Amino acid sequence: MRHNGLFAKAFSVLFATFMLAPLVVVIGVSFTPEGFLEFPPSGLSLRWFRAILDNPDFIEAAWISLQLGVASATVSSIFAVPAALAIGRGRFPGRDVLQAFFLSPLTVPTVVLGIAFLRFLSFLNANGTFVGLMLCHAIIIMPFILRLVLASVTGLDRSQEQAAVSLGASDWTVFRRVTLPAIMPGVIGGWVLAFITSFDELTVTVFIVSPTTTTLPVRLFSHITQTTDPLVASISTVAILFTVGLMFLVDRIYGLDRLLIGEGAR
Amino acid sequence: MTLQSKSRPWILSAPALLLFLVLLLVPLAMTFILSFHSFSFYGGIAPTFSLENYVEVLSDGYFYEIFGRTFAIALATTLICAAIGLPQAYFLSRMHPFWRSVMLLVVLGPLLISVVVRTLGWAILLGNKGVINDALRDLGLITSPIRMMYTSGGIVLALVHVMVPFMILAIWAALQRTDPATESAAESLGARPWTIFRRIVLPQAMPGILSGSLIVFSLSASAFATPAILGGRRVKVVSTTVYDEFLNTLNWPLGATIAILLLVSVLAIMVGWNRLVERRFAGVFE
Repeated sequence: MRHNGLFAKAFSVLFATFMLAPLVVVIGVSFTPEGFLEFPPSGLSLRWFRAILDNPDFIEAAWISLQLGVASATVSSIFAVPAALAIGRGRFPGRDVLQAFFLSPLTVPTVVLGIAFLRFLSFLNANGTFVGLMLCHAIIIMPFILRLVLASVTGLDRSQEQAAVSLGASDWTVFRRVTLPAIMPGVIGGWVLAFITSFDELTVTVFIVSPTTTTLPVRLFSHITQTTDPLVASISTVAILFTVGLMFLVDRIYGLDRLLIGEGAR
Repeated sequence: MTLQSKSRPWILSAPALLLFLVLLLVPLAMTFILSFHSFSFYGGIAPTFSLENYVEVLSDGYFYEIFGRTFAIALATTLICAAIGLPQAYFLSRMHPFWRSVMLLVVLGPLLISVVVRTLGWAILLGNKGVINDALRDLGLITSPIRMMYTSGGIVLALVHVMVPFMILAIWAALQRTDPATESAAESLGARPWTIFRRIVLPQAMPGILSGSLIVFSLSASAFATPAILGGRRVKVVSTTVYDEFLNTLNWPLGATIAILLLVSVLAIMVGWNRLVERRFAGVFE
């Protein structure tokens, strides 16, 4: 292992500062006792964290985001896992097209997806409904689940499945008892990545929410574009801490680098 | 297996395929049709079929400015991401394992934090009374604040922060496939570090730079939250213009036209870029 010189170390420190600076100021600002955004804060106060409790709008939005993330990641997994099994095994005509189609939400600009969903849902009179939101999110996050499940499917040893079949297990039993447990890390990793993507999604969601289904990013976004008070910083700080907690959990269970780099799945 | 037929993969994919056909292809087709409809302030949307929206957008300098600004911002973001991402990915591959996992957390962690939150951080940093201007004034380097909010430069800076992890991931993946022995060989033959970087590392990292650039460019060209918060109404890009047409002006057909033009130009650039890369680096992707 070769080591980096002084220049490389200095560069890395500068780069880390650049990456962390916006997060550090958001967290710093949230502790201000004043009524405006100031950094560094003139004192330490939990005033703006208490203020979250007085703003049920934000708590309600966070709750909707949480439900939406869990529901859409679960629904999307149910659709994506069989598709990944089909694509991940063997070649069949149309396989590449199918894979490209399921990954296409990554290629279409999100603002285009947003208005397309808005157009479709308002045509069905389903705009702003939770089910509508959930299905749209399921489409957007499908590529993330598909890629991670594909990675674990392609690395799978099929002899165990064949053994199970030769012992008379049905297709469903083989899937439930052999295949699914074997690809579970990929499914969980994909689910978590999909959940986080759904939880943070703004550009599509901003078009298809109603006042009763407004998610946390949309509520934060409209708050920031209208006024800026330290409340948005304290809510953001809670969101950052929530994500960091989730990251540590995922790192313990699955490995964060595996989740984000995806073992050559890209 | 009991169902070892040719149709098996299609049966397994059918539910997802149906979901995508109904909820992705149909909405996109409806948006395409919508872009040919007409709109009047009193009559609303009329189901006509004309090219008037396309003529309106393509003959108006205002829209050229918005499209030009959008792609200029995306290009600048891509170039800066490549310039920062390449050395950082290289240093990452040479780091002590402990520091490498710390640094990976710093690089990848922000990917999981909402873009709205990260952009709020940049708004606090870049404002006229923001952290950067305050610090520069305290140091006596400036007397009046530098305007960074509501400028294209501010948007590029924040977009680099959002996009650079994708670039580093792509370059790092390319560097991991290389053989470290080539560097040692060059060193033993007396090459200086800069020469090794330029002649050995850079060519091997090239596929990563190119695929990373494609991701960063297309994501930057369609970014919404960052230009909306840091650019406001003064520095409009395509996605914020579409948002305004849909949710403020309510001229859905015109908004759909602008969105379709964005989709087409992004796809055209991606396909062209792929062609170019495949021709130029055919051997590398074998």
